[in-house]
Amino acid sequence: MLNLSQIRNDFPILHQQIQGKPLIYFDNAATSQKPQAVIDVLNNYYQKINSNVHRGVHTLAERSTTAFEATREAVRKFVNAKTIEEIIYTKGTTEGINLVASSYGKKFLTKGDEIIISTMEHHSNIVPWQMLCEEKDLVLKVIPINDDGDLIWEEFEKLLSPKTKIVAVTHVSNALGTINPVKKITELAHQVGAVVLLDGAQASPHFEIDVQDLDCDFYVFSGHKIYAPTGIGILYGKKAILEQMPPYLGGGEMIKEVTFEKTTYNDLPFKFEAGTPNIADVVALKTAIDYIHSVGKTNIAQHEHNLLTFATDSLKTIKGLKIIGQAKNKASVISFIVDGAHHMDIGMMLDANGIAVRTGNHCTMPLMKRFGITGTARASFAMYNSIEEVEFFVKKLDEIVQQIR
Amino acid sequence: MKLFSKFAKIMKINEIQDEIIEEFALFDNKNDTYNYIIELGKKLVFMPENYKIEQNLIKGCQSRVWLFPELHEDKIQFFADSDSTIVKGIISLLVRVLDQQYPADILTADLYFIDKIGLQSMLSMNRSNGLLAMIKQIKMYALAFESVQK
Ligand SMILES: Cc1ncc(COP(=O)(O)O)c(C=O)c1O
Repeated sequence: MLNLSQIRNDFPILHQQIQGKPLIYFDNAATSQKPQAVIDVLNNYYQKINSNVHRGVHTLAERSTTAFEATREAVRKFVNAKTIEEIIYTKGTTEGINLVASSYGKKFLTKGDEIIISTMEHHSNIVPWQMLCEEKDLVLKVIPINDDGDLIWEEFEKLLSPKTKIVAVTHVSNALGTINPVKKITELAHQVGAVVLLDGAQASPHFEIDVQDLDCDFYVFSGHKIYAPTGIGILYGKKAILEQMPPYLGGGEMIKEVTFEKTTYNDLPFKFEAGTPNIADVVALKTAIDYIHSVGKTNIAQHEHNLLTFATDSLKTIKGLKIIGQAKNKASVISFIVDGAHHMDIGMMLDANGIAVRTGNHCTMPLMKRFGITGTARASFAMYNSIEEVEFFVKKLDEIVQQIR
Repeated sequence: MKLFSKFAKIMKINEIQDEIIEEFALFDNKNDTYNYIIELGKKLVFMPENYKIEQNLIKGCQSRVWLFPELHEDKIQFFADSDSTIVKGIISLLVRVLDQQYPADILTADLYFIDKIGLQSMLSMNRSNGLLAMIKQIKMYALAFESVQK
């Protein structure tokens, strides 16, 4: 059990009125709100610690470097990586995927090689691979899904071949909520010698991640979805693979020695962290992770599961409402369409009642096409949401739908 | 004579705008505003199905918006539709202001009612910026008709 009123107190943004109504924030899959502790750390960083990392001999430089590297250790534990060298700071999920596509793709893929993704990928896990395919004359293959929003396993097996070099799939779908069997996917992909990248943007806020157990080669996620600031993300990569990959950006920090004839690159993880990093947000990421641990990931998962179950059952009582994404294993994301009521109208009317949901294609246009729709309305829950909020949301939605029709 | 009628028309566009601003002054919250717009949307004149084609679709909206103009006695008549009822309501306001007007008047019209009733902030949500795209399209049609008339 988690202490909901205590948690809600920790998130100052929740305590405000929108359109004269108490804010109900159900757009957590887009970004989560930040606890006071995270906001305080950002402030404190700039008031007391700010200094560039890894460069100075002075006290502040030592403090900022220590805080910066303490986050790396916290992230290592958060995903259970073997060593801190496997933890690379990025801007977010998108940059992590681009880094792997550019660097790994450049070095290891050649004409005719195949990359497998799935129908439910976010554009971030489609476009970088398309760009790579175009550049190197590779083939992009797509695992289809069924009407419930589950991957069709037999089709995945059929797509795999010795030509498969990369399998890149999402751990949890941002539009459907589907939790994919990523451990099994990784196992099968490894059997044909492919490397596996998992998009953890939607999984990392909700449950335990164990990259050693999953055995994936890369795991990427964004800080802003796990209660940390925007602009900081993580790329986990297996050390042996990262070591063989060429740098992604060139500049300061990522070098060992520079002469005009030849430059030698720094060791992991710095090889992939050119330039002055986003120090303050990195430091605050640790605070967010500590906050999640203080509540407990199991507690969060349980609470969010209750919200999802309650919301699913309640929404089903609304006539003409269809839930898009009915996989057996789902994270706390619930997408829906309603007969005779456009998703954008629903979103705008909910906003007029203080309720924030996401509407549109959720950066998954091919997925929307698969369902023959242009978009959905999506409610996504975080640890600070309550059953009462869900109740109010469903009641309002019912009224709104009548008005629009 | 021509000049006079043109002037009269501009007055008319602004008169309608002022009328709309007055109507919307009754609402002091988004919920009531949207509800009113939804009611307007439901009343929008039906657009023939055969006009709802790719060619008439306006790009840049989260909802689909179709717009088709016809010239009758030198004035433009607009047919429009959307799969969103709120957008339909907003179109019906634009149509109310600009329908049956001369192309030249439409081109020079300053649509101040949009800001005054807070429409801009509503439709710039989600990067869709549908309203701007709609107005741009209307003005393009007006420009096209005007150059034909000349
Ligand atoms: C599944 C998934 N992948 C990737 C992303 C992109 O994350 P970011 O914008 O933080 O790089 C998102 C964010 O919406 C997502 O939900």
